[in-house]
Amino acid sequence: MRLLIGTLFGLALAALIGLGLTYMSLTRGTAFGGLSIDSWTAWPKSGTTEADPYVRASIARSGRLPTAMGDGVSFTLQSDDEGKILDGRCDVVISGVTPVARFWTMTLYNPDGALVGNSTNRYGFTSQEIVRRSDGTFEIVVSPRASAGNWLPTGGVPRYELILRLYDTAVGVSTKAGREVPMPDVMTRSCP
Amino acid sequence: MIIRWLLLILGGVLLGGIVHLATVILLPRTATQDAYARLTPIAPVNTVVALPPPSPEKAIMPFMDPAFASAVCRYDLSQGPLKLSVPVSPAYTSVSFYTRNDVAYYAINDRAAGRRVIELDLMTTAQHDQVPEDEEITAADRLIVESPTPTGIIAIRAMAPQPPPRPRR
Repeated sequence: MRLLIGTLFGLALAALIGLGLTYMSLTRGTAFGGLSIDSWTAWPKSGTTEADPYVRASIARSGRLPTAMGDGVSFTLQSDDEGKILDGRCDVVISGVTPVARFWTMTLYNPDGALVGNSTNRYGFTSQEIVRRSDGTFEIVVSPRASAGNWLPTGGVPRYELILRLYDTAVGVSTKAGREVPMPDVMTRSCP
Repeated sequence: MIIRWLLLILGGVLLGGIVHLATVILLPRTATQDAYARLTPIAPVNTVVALPPPSPEKAIMPFMDPAFASAVCRYDLSQGPLKLSVPVSPAYTSVSFYTRNDVAYYAINDRAAGRRVIELDLMTTAQHDQVPEDEEITAADRLIVESPTPTGIIAIRAMAPQPPPRPRR
């Protein structure tokens, strides 16, 4: 009897730890193997056959098709440069330049990957339509309230993430953070 | 008594680690809502289908880029290799290849292809081995892509910038 209880205890513990770890690692994001530049993170290997089992499982679970190496690379932003989680009720300013790419897009998503509805049907900016300053830098205001210039509406959602996709770029698996890959600065300007 | 329980906990933790690794490795094979499964109802085999642009209410897959017009082809090479030719748009166009388990194994864009039409042959490794060598030489400009799995997804994407936002009143 004691043996049975002990075995059941051991098996229950194993199931709890095993499934718990799997769930956590797939929902909290795979932190390792990423390329982090400032607050932006990319997993260039997720677009290759060298993708590790965690990345593969996370892709299969979410239902997305990853950006393939040779097509481009995706950088995800979940918090500003001070580590504050992006809040759709605040004004967040994204400014600066991106690494060299033929074409880039920046898109705002819910944490589950859906676009966020808003009155102007704007879900992001592309390098072709963004308004730049005379020195080539740009500034995007991510805010629930209409704003002059490049305004990216949040719809007031409490949490969102931004994805910067660089297409036809040299940024890839062998890239290290540095001066060749300048990422835009992210600052929360005001919160109601 | 205490040692006995400590041993049980240790055994449970070790077994838990094995369960974790096994589930992570097996998950892609059992996922019922992965990209391939989501595309199955709308994409007949070996046919290119245009995907509706993602909207806040509805999107076939999460994290689709709204700046692109996309089309997919769910392929099955068991009946033979596929020929694919994609006309490129004046702006950016790319063709990405994914295995049955949504792993990207190859991608090419219009500039890398270097012409107005991206043309290639998709085949399995076994089918590639059967291509006569002299034929491969005469057709040196043919691009051959080897698929690691007999089935998979081809994603064709062309840049389609958003219309400028409506003027605000």
